[in-house]
Amino acid sequence: MAELAEAGLPLRRARLRLSTLFWRRPWLKALALLALPLAGFVIVYVGALVALFVSAFWQINDFTAKVEHVWTLDNFSTLIHDSVYRRIALRTIGLGAAVTLTDALLAFPLAYFMARLAGGKTRAFLFVLVLMPLWSSYLVRIYAWRTILAHDGALNWSLNKIGLPDIGLLYTNWGMWIVFSYVWLPFMILPVYAALERIPDNYLEASADLGGRGWRTLRSVILPLALPGLVAGSIFTFSLTLGDFITPLLVGGSSSSFIGNVVEEQVGQPNVPFAAAFATVPVVVMGFYLLIARRLGAFEAL
Amino acid sequence: MSKARTRVLGWGALALLVGALAIVAAGCGGSSKKSSGSEGSGSGLPTSIGKGEGALNLIEWPGYAQASWRKPFEQQTGCKIHLKDAGSSNQMVALMRTGGGGGGGQYDMVSASGDATLRLIYGGDVRPVNVNLIPGWKDFIQELKSPAHNTVKGVHYGVSLQWGPNTLLYNTQKVKPAPTSWASLYDPANKGKITVPGNPIQIADAALFLSKERPNLGIKDPYELTKQQFDAVVALLKEQKPLVKTYWGFASDEITAFKNGDVTMGAAWPYQTLTLQADKVPVKEIIPKEGATGWADTWMIAKKAKHPNCAYLWMKWVSTPKVQAQQALGFGETPANTKACPFMDKIQAGSCAKYHANAPEAYFKSIKFWKTPVADCGNGKKDCIDYGQWQSAWTQITG
Repeated sequence: MAELAEAGLPLRRARLRLSTLFWRRPWLKALALLALPLAGFVIVYVGALVALFVSAFWQINDFTAKVEHVWTLDNFSTLIHDSVYRRIALRTIGLGAAVTLTDALLAFPLAYFMARLAGGKTRAFLFVLVLMPLWSSYLVRIYAWRTILAHDGALNWSLNKIGLPDIGLLYTNWGMWIVFSYVWLPFMILPVYAALERIPDNYLEASADLGGRGWRTLRSVILPLALPGLVAGSIFTFSLTLGDFITPLLVGGSSSSFIGNVVEEQVGQPNVPFAAAFATVPVVVMGFYLLIARRLGAFEAL
Repeated sequence: MSKARTRVLGWGALALLVGALAIVAAGCGGSSKKSSGSEGSGSGLPTSIGKGEGALNLIEWPGYAQASWRKPFEQQTGCKIHLKDAGSSNQMVALMRTGGGGGGGQYDMVSASGDATLRLIYGGDVRPVNVNLIPGWKDFIQELKSPAHNTVKGVHYGVSLQWGPNTLLYNTQKVKPAPTSWASLYDPANKGKITVPGNPIQIADAALFLSKERPNLGIKDPYELTKQQFDAVVALLKEQKPLVKTYWGFASDEITAFKNGDVTMGAAWPYQTLTLQADKVPVKEIIPKEGATGWADTWMIAKKAKHPNCAYLWMKWVSTPKVQAQQALGFGETPANTKACPFMDKIQAGSCAKYHANAPEAYFKSIKFWKTPVADCGNGKKDCIDYGQWQSAWTQITG
């Protein structure tokens, strides 16, 4: 018995040394746990992105259309000097901002009702209503809006019935704005709901005690506390709109090209280096946006 | 975690990222030499079709392998077909470029149209084929045996399949009087009612119109344009842009736009006309007086195809007159095989004449088939505008 205990001693000593090491240096424990998923993340995700963005500095051979590994800034110089790419980028960013503002305005009342005013059953029912469209395919929702906004669609039919003339919303940027706002709305409602739900009731009572009426409380107490939720939701709506190309293709008109559309056309041509160069624009924009969002406290809840 | 610890981890992560960048850049730099070398290596053409490998992966235009002719093929040859539908030429090229190009070992064949074929040939993604192994080839229309868009320096890179014109489609009830010229698509009176394809090759359609409208520009071939001619065409398309309601990407988009009444005229294929007419939408198509561009599809074999024998068997099968007739009527296009006419009339009386399958040479020559524009004008000069510039110009027009 003693011999067996003796035989197991080296292993026990090693295990003890290891566990002491981890106890003394907790960051080592974290690293050991995260090493594998982090490696997967870096190699697969980040590595693929890096490979793409490195190719932005290359060019394609005009004749064979194969990528030549010649370092050049030509792609970026075309982007800066050709006004059409600036126009497309501004259109994409502008519509992203418009969609974000619209969704913030639409989501806030609903999220406030769900978080603070609705009873248990009503809240659950509203959750289902908000989340159910996400169960259907993204394309299905776009096609649904196409049938509504079309020239002979449901919207014009209803307007004609009450005597109003047709509105041509399909194949316009207005139509795209409506579709985007609808499709990304659940992504704005949920973070705002989470932020509003966390506001303690006694804050509102305290505000009332100090003489604040409805609007004052809203402005000075609720909105600042809900801001992180709004910013978190805006990250979703803004970045998803920046990267989209399907809605402009299906719902857009003759002046509706997005950054994603140009990237898709260039990849098919196949001018991957130029597509990669143009794709850096949304990355840079989102980078700045995330920095501002961090300043505004969107990540404090984490 | 202390601030110092966070900083160390932060720098560690950054170092990891830079390391990844360096590895990837080095790796990519190394592989470039390999990829450029493999273009030249070509095994000789096969002299006979071997035994089928049991499977075949096709990139096709939707409807190019319908059950009525796909199933008998699978039964006879044992080559089980897997289809990948593509909605545009750009998509086909992108699919063929996956996995390092040449189909990536994933796809065996692609039914490429003339605006994609040269890109695939020069990119080294397709292999030469021996047309003597395809009996139907001998009965093809002369112009489609070795057309410029799939035969380079006498080497065939595929077998022609079917062809069709790009027509002017209009709603007979809303457009009166009936149009006779492409000018209708450039007429400000039709603002907001027009749809044209969102495809750079559309520049050729405008060039064809200008070749008749402004003969002093001297445009002879709408795919071989000098800078001066190109600039004139681009200017016309920029004038057209405010008149266009939407640029359609897929045929189904154009069909929806016509059905919903958003557009009343546009550039289309017979496929859209047939589908709309089947849905009782009052449309008609014409080939305007200036003539038309056209597309001719080619079945090409991927360079890294894993099932080349099945591929040859499939090319042989779809070149036979009966299958040519079936596909022509199934999709709405014209067969390349001249012997398909009686079979077409048997399925649908009068269809042979309707699709110009027995058309005389003059009609065929009036169609300017898609081909990828290259800098080499074919007249000794090399100053024609190439496809890369067509693409950039198209982004300028539609952006």
